[in-house]
Order: sequence, then C-alpha cells, then structure tokens
Amino acid sequence: MNGLGRRLRHGARVARALLGSQYALMLEYRAETALWALSGILPFIMLGIWSQLAAAPADPTGLGSVGIGLDPLQLSRYFLSAFVARQFSVAWVVYAFEEDALQGRLSPYLLQPLQPLWRYVAAHLAEQLTRLPFVVIIAAVFFLLQPAAFWIPTPGRIAATVLAIWLAFTINFLLQSCIAILCFWSERASALERLLFIPYLFLSGLVAPLEVFPPALRAAAHWTPFPLMVAFPAQLLAGGPVTIGASFAAMATWIALLLPITLLLWRAGVRRYSAMGA
Amino acid sequence: MARSQDQALATATGMIKGPLRYWRTLKRFWGSALASQMEYQINLLIEVLAMAGNLAGSLLLLWLIYGRGQQLGGWSLDAALVVLGIYTLLDGVSSTLLRPNLGAIVTQVQQGTLDFVLLKPIDSQFWLSSRTISPWGLPEIVTGLALALWAALRAGARPGLATILGGGLMLLSSVVILYSLWFVLATTSIWFVKTWNVTEVLRAALSAGRYPISAYPAGLRTLFTVVLPVAFLTTVPAEAILGRAACSWLALSVAVAAGSLLFSRWFWRLALRDYTSASS
Repeated sequence: MNGLGRRLRHGARVARALLGSQYALMLEYRAETALWALSGILPFIMLGIWSQLAAAPADPTGLGSVGIGLDPLQLSRYFLSAFVARQFSVAWVVYAFEEDALQGRLSPYLLQPLQPLWRYVAAHLAEQLTRLPFVVIIAAVFFLLQPAAFWIPTPGRIAATVLAIWLAFTINFLLQSCIAILCFWSERASALERLLFIPYLFLSGLVAPLEVFPPALRAAAHWTPFPLMVAFPAQLLAGGPVTIGASFAAMATWIALLLPITLLLWRAGVRRYSAMGA
Repeated sequence: MARSQDQALATATGMIKGPLRYWRTLKRFWGSALASQMEYQINLLIEVLAMAGNLAGSLLLLWLIYGRGQQLGGWSLDAALVVLGIYTLLDGVSSTLLRPNLGAIVTQVQQGTLDFVLLKPIDSQFWLSSRTISPWGLPEIVTGLALALWAALRAGARPGLATILGGGLMLLSSVVILYSLWFVLATTSIWFVKTWNVTEVLRAALSAGRYPISAYPAGLRTLFTVVLPVAFLTTVPAEAILGRAACSWLALSVAVAAGSLLFSRWFWRLALRDYTSASS
C-alpha cells in the first residue's frame, strides 16, 4: 500500500512538472495558438450554408421540404458547439512526433523513465488551456452577431459535454498516435493522417449535422468513431437529441480497442527504432 | 541601406534584360524541381487518394442538399459542380505552386538565407514565387478543370468564343487573386517571422469557395466579396464558364486581380524596406 502511495505521489509530481513546463512553452506560442483556433472556422461557414437552406421555403416540387427539425436557432447552437468540440479534441501528435523522430530528439526521450507519449499528452492539454481564451472570444463574437442563439446549457449537460470532449480527445489522440508510431517504419506517416482526416471531416458532423444524412449513411457513420468526436459532444452541448448512454459506451469501446493497439504498435516500433537525424 | 540599393540595382538590371531571361530561368527552376520531386513517387498516390476523398466528400454534401430537392442559392446541381470544379482546380494550383514556394519564404526569413535571394540579379518576388514546383497538385488541376467543363456542358453552357475567352480570363484573374493573397500573407513573415499559421486561416476561409456565393446569408456574402474575395475566386469564373456572367462583374474581377497583384508588389517593397537580416 505504501509503495502504491509513493508511486501515485511520484506520478503526480511528474504530471505537474510536465504540464507546467509544457504550459510555459505553449504560452510562448500564444499568437500561433490564436491562429490555429481561428483556422477552425469551418463550422461557421457550414452554418451559413445550412441556415440558408433551413430558411428557404419548401421547394416547388413539394418533394422534400426541410422538415427534419432544422430549426435555425438549434442549427446555430449546434455549429457553435461543433466548433468548441473540435477546438478541444484536436490532436497534432503525428506532426510533433514526426518532427521529433526526424530530428533525432526522440532518442533522449526514449532514455527517460517515462513513456514518451505522456509528453505529447501534456503538450496537448497545455495547448488546450492556452486555446481557451481564444475560443471564448470567438464564441463571444458569435453571440454578438447572433444574440438570439445565446443559451445556457444545464449543469448536467455541461458536465457531460466536458467528459465527452475529453473522451473525444482521447480517441483522436490514440488514433493519431497509432499513425504517429508508423513513423518508426515510414518517414511519411503524416500523409496517412491527411487521408484519415477526410472521413473525419465529412462524417464527424463538422460540415453537416448527422440528422440530415439519409438513415443508411447515418448508420454507416455510426460504425466509425468520427461522429463521437464532434457530433455527439456538440449535440450534448447544444441541447439536441442524443443517446447519452449508448454514445458514452461506444466511446469507451473505441478507447478500449485503440489503447492496446497503440501500446502494441509502440513496443514493436521501438524495437525497430534506429535513431534518425542526429 | 546599401543592401536595398543593391536590390534596386538588381531589379533594374533584371527589368532591362527582359522577360525572355525570366522565362529561361523559370524553365531551369521547374526542371530541377521536377527532377528532385520524382524521387518521391508515393506522394502521387497519396495526393490522388486525398483528392478523390475530398471530392467524394464534397459530392456527398451536394447530394445531401440536392437530394432533398433543395438548391444552393438558386444554382442547379450542375452549375454548383462547376464551382466545385474550379475550387478543386485552385486547390491544385495552391499545392503545385503557392504552398511550396511561399512556405519557403518563412524558412528563408527564419534562417537568414533571404539575404542571398535579395542579392541575386533577378527580381526577388519572382524568385520567391516561382523557385520550385510540386507536380503532385497537377492531378487536382486536371480533374478540377475537367469537372468544371463537363458540368458546364451539362448545365447547358454553349462553348462559344466569348464564353471561352471570358472563362479563361476569369480563371486567370482568380489565380492571380489567390496568388496575391498568399504572397501578401507570406510577406508578413518579414515582420512577424512565425506567421505561417495565417495561411491555415486563409485556407479555412477560402474553403467557403466550394459553394456558390449566393448560398450564404447576406452578411457572409458581403464578407466573401468585399473583405475576402472568395466570390471572385470561384463563383465569378463559374458564371463566366456558364456564359451568364455580367460584363460588369468580369471587369470588376479583372480590376480586383490587377489591384491585388499591384498591392502584393507594393507590400513586398514595403516589407523589404523594413527587412533587417536575421543575422544582424
């Protein structure tokens, strides 16, 4: 029992040191972080498209009017929430890892008595913290332009959203880590990430709420982790229709699936590793 | 100070020698760039897959909208496909020419190698904008153009001389506008060094050009016409190819293109005046 307590205390100290140093580092790059935050404006552009469609009168043929509950206010809230969910679940471990591997910085990390992936986790969490004020500013501007869309979610929904975004980040991070670890075999792993981003972009709910998908396509999308990464937390926050229990269970399943794969890949990769660059 | 005089001198000599020399230089630049890029042929596969995926996703979205009997801002599906084709074409131009060249400006400023470029007896903006070429964007250019033309024919465009000239001119204008936007942003790195992320913001904002501008609410429409000329990048060329652009819009587009090119030139001069090498 004493041994466990000592390990926990040690872990907490390491975590504090890592987070503190990474946060100090990220503060140096505040301007860059602001630009990254701003480059996530896609949901707002898509809101422009969908709000026009929702406002349009039913088409002359009378075949398919909007009639799927695309309430303009709800739409605004959904896309703002999608923006927030994306901002705090974004992962860039592929790029950081690739650079470290190519430049030979990885070798000293491997010598330290700490799984190097934790370093990237800490960097991501620190970056999310520096992102927070910019996201608040963008949301404030959004509400200034669309005051009618302002809403305060219930405390329960807020808590569930924070958990969901955090789990979404975990899935995203694990998926990207798997690709990042492929750097041990190929120097072009980030190209794979570009390809993975495409289904993410179109199936996650960033460009269209999943409610407008035809049922078959929506069912297919739900077999991928992508809707869990944006659409689910966004609907939670926006107060839309969600299946809370099933979605959280699906997230847990994906994490349970991806975590061992990541660790196995990591072990195989390190065995194969022969330092590059340096 | 002495350096900027050298620079002025170099520019002056470059202009006297005439455009032929620039054309020869361009051939050398691109020949060597292609030779080195051919070492990485796996990139071609990745780029083609990425393009196919992006197009499939965009088509999926259009299908979601048009399949429900709705229209994007009064554009038929075929007309909207022309816009998507031009967007793809411009994306190809970005990855072939703009990103490889203008991304390098940032590195040049960071490492101080910009000094060597400024000393060369050739116009520095020309050198920086055309030094290299990445062939992997070419499939996008070809596919985008093919999609735009095919969709325009389906939408009932008549390929007359006026349409071809007008469409060609508008495409050229949109490429010039796009180039100027990128170049101005890349130029800001002379003052701020780490501004490459600005181009990510630009890319995100320009993705609005996938759809006709009339599909947006009034506020965004104004923003995308006046502040960020997205309308001139894809919508106006699409109208020209469809043979229904008003002459006033064509003239305006050419004016915007010429204006933004001159502005990029002026802005680059301004930046160079403030440039103090990385080493000093």
